[in-house]
Amino acid sequence: MDLDYGPEYDAFREEVRLFLKTHGHRAPTDDGRAARPSAEAVAWQNLLIEHGYTARTIPKEYGGYGAEPDILKSRIIAEEFTRAGIPGGLSNQGISMLVPTLLELGTEEQKRQWVEPTLKGEVVWCQGYSEPGAGSDLASLKTSARVENGKFVINGQKIWTSTAKQADMIFCLVRTEPDASKHGGISYLIFSMDSPGIEVRPLKTMTGHAEFNETFFTDVRVPVEQIVGERGQGWLVANATLGHERGMLGDPDALENRFQALVRLMQEERIGQGRAIDNAVLRDRLGALQAEVAAMKCNGMRILSNSLKGETGGMAKLIVKLQSCELAHQISALAIDAMGEMGILYSGSARERMQGTWQWNYMFQLGLIIGGGTAQIQKNIIAERGLDMPREPKLPRISGAAKEKADMLRQKQGSA
Amino acid sequence: MDFGLSQEQQMLRDAVAKCLADTCPLEHVRECAERDNPISDKVLAALQGLGIPGMMIPEEYGGLGMTLLDAALVAEQLAYAVAPVSFLASHVLAPLALSEAGSEDQKVGWLPKIASGEARISLAISETIEARDGAGVTCRGGKLNGTALFALDFAGADAFMVADTTGRLHLVPANASGLEKIPLTTIDRTRSVGELRFGRVTAEPLADDSGFTAERLRDAGRILLAADSLGAGQAMIEKAVDYSGQREQFGRVIGSFQAVKHMCAEMAAHHEPCRSLIWYAAYAYEAMPEEVSLAACHAKSHTGEVHRFVARTSTEVHGGMGFTDLIGLHYWFKRIGFDRQVLGGPELVRAEAAALQGWIKAA
Repeated sequence: MDLDYGPEYDAFREEVRLFLKTHGHRAPTDDGRAARPSAEAVAWQNLLIEHGYTARTIPKEYGGYGAEPDILKSRIIAEEFTRAGIPGGLSNQGISMLVPTLLELGTEEQKRQWVEPTLKGEVVWCQGYSEPGAGSDLASLKTSARVENGKFVINGQKIWTSTAKQADMIFCLVRTEPDASKHGGISYLIFSMDSPGIEVRPLKTMTGHAEFNETFFTDVRVPVEQIVGERGQGWLVANATLGHERGMLGDPDALENRFQALVRLMQEERIGQGRAIDNAVLRDRLGALQAEVAAMKCNGMRILSNSLKGETGGMAKLIVKLQSCELAHQISALAIDAMGEMGILYSGSARERMQGTWQWNYMFQLGLIIGGGTAQIQKNIIAERGLDMPREPKLPRISGAAKEKADMLRQKQGSA
Repeated sequence: MDFGLSQEQQMLRDAVAKCLADTCPLEHVRECAERDNPISDKVLAALQGLGIPGMMIPEEYGGLGMTLLDAALVAEQLAYAVAPVSFLASHVLAPLALSEAGSEDQKVGWLPKIASGEARISLAISETIEARDGAGVTCRGGKLNGTALFALDFAGADAFMVADTTGRLHLVPANASGLEKIPLTTIDRTRSVGELRFGRVTAEPLADDSGFTAERLRDAGRILLAADSLGAGQAMIEKAVDYSGQREQFGRVIGSFQAVKHMCAEMAAHHEPCRSLIWYAAYAYEAMPEEVSLAACHAKSHTGEVHRFVARTSTEVHGGMGFTDLIGLHYWFKRIGFDRQVLGGPELVRAEAAALQGWIKAA
């Protein structure tokens, strides 16, 4: 154990602090939830790229800063931005999922065409993975793409396509090899959301907002070269990006920020003459959450250290999505309880606290527990990969005739 | 920057694990747990071979001069094996207090003998955290009066280190006149605790100008109890996974049912971050003393909660067998129960943490 970063890194930290002190006032003030970045956000993004505080390791020729990967420096940047309460670079699905995938598996032309405008907020992407019939069992997806005159012709439906309304482009999983195995018949395509034959319908969620959409494809034509990786390799390409998403959902700095916001809320919110935090039961729950946040922060440091040493994260990493999403949800739950009756105010009501953020978080974070690999799928992964427990045995598919016969037998037994 | 164990620490951990695997099988634990004094001379002698009794004692007094993180790794392994030996008070906390706050005479008199295994000191500081049944020890004119409960590593101790109501520490030889020693029987028969009654007992105070306090001892104790809980929890998770891979019902091993897999996954998911939290707190004890009280509160309260869940869930995965004495799972269950309550249960510790951060006025 040695939590000292050393003089080179201490100097780097000073540099980041100085930058934040000098330029922090130029950071965008919107909450970053907007699908298309504001002019302010784009300007901030460009300034950060110029200084290497975002897109840090992306090569210069593709619009990044071009630094050698250095996990500690990335960590210091994240820590200092969090501490200062200043938003970092843009973090949308194009930047966090598509860009790393293209850099790893895209052609030279694809990298040159898409990485820079995506980083600079000029091109917004959405993700076309899940389907109504393919959620946890994503590889069973049915949206099809047959080849006709040098083009893929796409038909089918995607769901949970956040920002599909605003997006310029989509990265999408489709079945191009209907006769291949379940995982071996999928391809990863990228195409314009302006293509004829695409219909986007907003999907309103329990929060009252439409954070997602359903996207329908009818004979959408896409040039065959707009594929990432080879035909039939889409599952492998997508798994490269899912790893990036799970990393994004389990950020310990985000948990710490939410927790600190909860402490402030409980110190400010009054119940009669006292504060919410003066209530012993609420305070005890706050303390329990703090210890959990501390454990996840330490767990994060351990993962960071493992990757510095070139080791895999092991169990420490497998549990992050499950634990962090649950913890974030519990933090919001306590915030609502601390507000009491005020906790039910929403939708811009009189007396609403913080524009209903805690209620929105409470509901949306339940969505995050389900999305990106449900809690139950995470537990399967922990059990099978982490604890080496056996997989669920595959049941033979019941044929229609066999099912009829079984139903008949059951009826007979019932009446006997 | 390195958040992890050094090679020496990994070797220490593995050496202790192997020593205990060789000398402390469950049958031996059972034999010891039946006795009034459970402390196993056989296992202690084996640990002596690794220098464990003197691990926290400075080299100049015959010890190894190791850190609290090293001690946490040993505590974890002792619990993993439910080893019936004295450790927390006699080989970590009492030596720490003597090294930092003892007079030269006290150091010379005790430390080499503790390191060599000739002497053991029990520790009683519970009343500085919560006084129950009116317990508490006062000191007037060098004489101790009152009662101290839950003296740790009690059986066979040569002396007792006791905190008075002001938090000051005193040393009392086991044969002091006016001292009455009453063993307490707890759920955990692998560790020995007792009650001390003082009637005008002559005591020798530790020097109080060193800045070393009962609080610092309490922080170290909490971190090690958390580490003990971690080791017991690790054993219970492994046992659940092993058992569910062997036990068959409905024509399948029960570990292939998601209901059982998810119980195991939940245990692992809660348990794994505790390891990092304990490493951090133990490291902070020497490296970041200004942070250690809060870190120790987090480690103690959080592992207390997590391992209560692990203890009951592992038992449930074992089904009816987990509830029996036959496979002895209850030794780990009870070890976890002990670790949770001693030196402050989660609610009490969280209240302290709140006061430390100014969330409330200190009581």
